[in-house]
Amino acid sequence: MSDDVPVLRMESVRKTFGGSVVLRDVDLEVAPHTVTALIGASGSGKSTLLRCAGLLEDVDDGAIWLDGEEITDPRADRDAVRRRIGVVFQAYNLFPHMTVLENITLAPRRVHRVPRARAEQQARELLERLGLGARAGEYPDRLSGGQQQRAAIARALAVRPRLLLLDEITAALDPELVGEVLDVVRDLKGDGMTMLLATHEMGFAREVADQVCFLDSGAVLERGTAEQVFGDPRQDRTRRFLRRIVEAGRL
Amino acid sequence: MTVVKGEFGRDDEDDVKDGTVEAPGAADPYVPSPRRLERERYRRVRARRATAIAALSTLVTGAALYLLVVSAPGWPRTKETFFDPAYAREAFPKVLEGLWLNLRLLLVCGAAVLVLGMLIAVARTLRGPVFFPLRVLAAAYTDFFRGLPLIINLMIVVLGVPALRLQGITVDPVLLGGTALTLTYSAYVAEVFRAGIESVHPSQRAAARSLGLTNRQALRFVVLPQAVRRQVPPLLNDLVSLQKDTGLVSIGGAVDAVRAADIVVGRSLNYTPYIVAGLVFVALTIPMTRFTDWVTARTDRRRAQGGTT
Repeated sequence: MSDDVPVLRMESVRKTFGGSVVLRDVDLEVAPHTVTALIGASGSGKSTLLRCAGLLEDVDDGAIWLDGEEITDPRADRDAVRRRIGVVFQAYNLFPHMTVLENITLAPRRVHRVPRARAEQQARELLERLGLGARAGEYPDRLSGGQQQRAAIARALAVRPRLLLLDEITAALDPELVGEVLDVVRDLKGDGMTMLLATHEMGFAREVADQVCFLDSGAVLERGTAEQVFGDPRQDRTRRFLRRIVEAGRL
Repeated sequence: MTVVKGEFGRDDEDDVKDGTVEAPGAADPYVPSPRRLERERYRRVRARRATAIAALSTLVTGAALYLLVVSAPGWPRTKETFFDPAYAREAFPKVLEGLWLNLRLLLVCGAAVLVLGMLIAVARTLRGPVFFPLRVLAAAYTDFFRGLPLIINLMIVVLGVPALRLQGITVDPVLLGGTALTLTYSAYVAEVFRAGIESVHPSQRAAARSLGLTNRQALRFVVLPQAVRRQVPPLLNDLVSLQKDTGLVSIGGAVDAVRAADIVVGRSLNYTPYIVAGLVFVALTIPMTRFTDWVTARTDRRRAQGGTT
């Protein structure tokens, strides 16, 4: 795959729930080995955008491409597409009836048919890297929120996805635990993982994102590098949003 | 705009709304793109093809089954003894008359079983040393009546109790049979409820207790509603099972649908009345299943966060 084809491309994506338009005319490109942060108020459509990209929702209109292949085409093999995309959810969504190790090896073993021994070894290496080496045999409910979220990241990474979608992964964590999860994301960026993340952690978005998109009522109102959007926002709405964030002490 | 029915259909109706009922000032003159129209066309074709395949496959399966049965060597004889319209007509009203007894038994026993089962299940989950004897009794009850074959239970109650010749105790086989059914089924249903209670995540109880609810209130307002909802399918299973087992009260001499069919069979030596009685029972359970399916699906829809997967 050549480096000029974006990993993810969205074109005039539209999504409605009931009578309300959640995404309107969204265009987005995520280049290989870059991080794109989606910012905006709650309900601005960040999560829906991620769910559409991960094929967890059907778009109403528009199209989405993964590595130049249209994934919104009704003829596309949706499972095959999902195999190439990792998703980390705000509420972790670990499987409570499996240990951490079983959570992580589920997809490699059942979907990718990796032999058990190898899948477990890779999972252990991954857990070691994320600082969870000692927790492999525990059940998710026994872990702290930060540990659960790191286990969820490990689960998403275990299939070596082409693209990682992170949906407000620190929103359910207290500030102390936020740090350990964000460290993991930072490391992943160092490894060159392509990521699209929705976040309320503006400081983190500023630091880690190559591209920042500000969503407002389902539309991408402003986009640019982190310096542009945070340092010199062109839109009034963006400025107001950022001011509120600064006042709340989150930047 | 055309509306595609089926898997992807529901979004479209919403869009029609968008175009027309959109809030004033919302500059959203949305026109479906050719891409969307093409996609919908494709899905429509797919849906049509799926329907055609389903119809064809049903037809082929039905024909194959029909031929298999009809070409069996004993078919003419079987047809005569099991599917004789004349006997069916004769037995049908009598079976229906008997069914009324089954229905009444089902309603009364069903209600009693749900209440008793719930009480036993709750008794088993009570904490605290005071309740120890109650817990033991409840456990012993479920262990005993779940293990005791229903037919033996019925015989003991329906035939054994009148043999005691106690004053003031009924000898009515329907009442006694109903009691036996309730005893056995309460034990089953208690276990279903208990499984439901235990399947509710402990964090729910913790959240309820954190609000200051007592253990009993937490059980009543938070745990039980979730547990019962989750256990609707197995409960229905037991209810259907109970409905069929109401036929067993006939061992005490009560005339229910099965016994009514039995009488006709005994006279005619033709088995068609059994088929009639069987079909009547089946016809009774189907609406019940569909109704619970519908209720469950509706609550699921109201809670789901949306999404296709």
